[in-house]
Amino acid sequence: MTRRARYEAQQRKRSLMIAATSTLAVVACIVIFVPMTPGWEKVQRSFFNGAVLADTFPKLLDAFKINLMIFSWSAPAIAILGLLIALARDAKSPALFPLRIFGATFTDVFRGVPVILTVYLIGFGIPGLGLPRPWNSPYIWGSLALILTYSAYVAEIFRSGIDSVHQSQRSAALSLGLSERQVMRDVVLPQAIRNVVPSQMNMLIALQKDVSLLSFIGPVEIFRQAGVFKSLTANFTPYVGAAIIFLIVTIPATRYADYLMAKQMRDRS
Amino acid sequence: MAKLSLRGVVKQFGANTVCDGIDLDVDEGEMVCLIGASGAGKSTLLRCINLLEAVEDGEIFLDGEDIAEPGLNPQAVRARIGMVFQSFNLFPHMTALENAMLAPRRVHGRSKADLVDEVEDLFKRFGLADRMQNYPDQLSGGQQQRVAIIRALAMRPEVMLFDEITSALDPQLVGEVLDVLLMLKQQGMTMVLATHEMGFARHAADKVCFLKDGKIIEEGPPEALFDAPEREETKAFLARALK
Repeated sequence: MTRRARYEAQQRKRSLMIAATSTLAVVACIVIFVPMTPGWEKVQRSFFNGAVLADTFPKLLDAFKINLMIFSWSAPAIAILGLLIALARDAKSPALFPLRIFGATFTDVFRGVPVILTVYLIGFGIPGLGLPRPWNSPYIWGSLALILTYSAYVAEIFRSGIDSVHQSQRSAALSLGLSERQVMRDVVLPQAIRNVVPSQMNMLIALQKDVSLLSFIGPVEIFRQAGVFKSLTANFTPYVGAAIIFLIVTIPATRYADYLMAKQMRDRS
Repeated sequence: MAKLSLRGVVKQFGANTVCDGIDLDVDEGEMVCLIGASGAGKSTLLRCINLLEAVEDGEIFLDGEDIAEPGLNPQAVRARIGMVFQSFNLFPHMTALENAMLAPRRVHGRSKADLVDEVEDLFKRFGLADRMQNYPDQLSGGQQQRVAIIRALAMRPEVMLFDEITSALDPQLVGEVLDVLLMLKQQGMTMVLATHEMGFARHAADKVCFLKDGKIIEEGPPEALFDAPEREETKAFLARALK
């Protein structure tokens, strides 16, 4: 073992000891002090009730299928609309000027309004026109609200991806005689999309959670279902169950997004 | 008639005049080297010839046709003039072969099957037959630059522009790229180079132009320009460059 390696091994051991001690201390504090709080018994009964959890968990999982369903059709729609808006905002031809204005207004409006408000306005407003079935379904208009809002964010991410492709790539492609459109399609976009995959992953995770906002206009998805169980059992544990189900999906997804992000940083350096 | 003729070409970036009335004639099959300090306007001049920069004033004739005409569609012109850049600028998401086939497919509408023999032949000729399926980041700098040259050649250009194509390379890789230029010269390609490789310019160029502050100060065959420069500026530059 070299001098350097000995020193580093010693340092590692030291850091490990400190980390372990401080973690233990924090856990001990929680385990000792939280149960000493006056309301602990009650909280435990109403939030962490094993019997209620076992009883409601399978049905919550069932309800979560609704979330997955809404997610599964919204996400591709968002990807497509987001990309179109991004391209519209970068359109150079004067004939497409209205498209640019539309793109800019779109992103301003839908990024500027809280998601829940958009869900309410579209989800209640459009069926209010007296549309016949199935066109008054909150699934349709709720999904549309999510699609519009998220497309605005996703479009901005795509735009930053387009900007991140170096000007020299454009020059090289143009010098070969390609048209602006071909340069965008064959050279810039493939690189831009690759560059923004990690950021878009984070948007997908956020969308997965925000699907629950549709519960406010009708669909009995997991959050709403947990609410129903809360009323039936007079117990909050179903909400904790719902949170657990979300975490089962989002934690691996978040880890994966972080991994992609770190990989990209490595590749670029 | 010269293959390529520049008459009074002016390019400005804001108040900064980068090319200040440049006249230049390049004959068919001729290799012209532009030399001069960084910022003298060599690269900008090449970009103007390829219409990557719109010139403010002056004419650029390709086979007698003025390609600097404002409002002209630049695509058709660029398809006839190849360009290679200092920083290679290969498309990182495509293999070497795909890099070379993209433009002929898109611009000339040729099919992959129709192209592949011809392009593979280029790779073979320039010693990269075993690298066609590699992505740019799997290639050395010298190999990347040769792929960039092949990519431009795949369009069967009439004129090739080279913008300091060895400046970003490790010294031991410069030779393999310069060899490619010599091969092209033998095949009769018309070429304009911006270069800092004085040794190469001296023994390979047909004509050397010394640029300073956006003007061609002096031009002539390499022996004359390098061995007996007439202008003081040229002497001063060469004294520094050849030291």
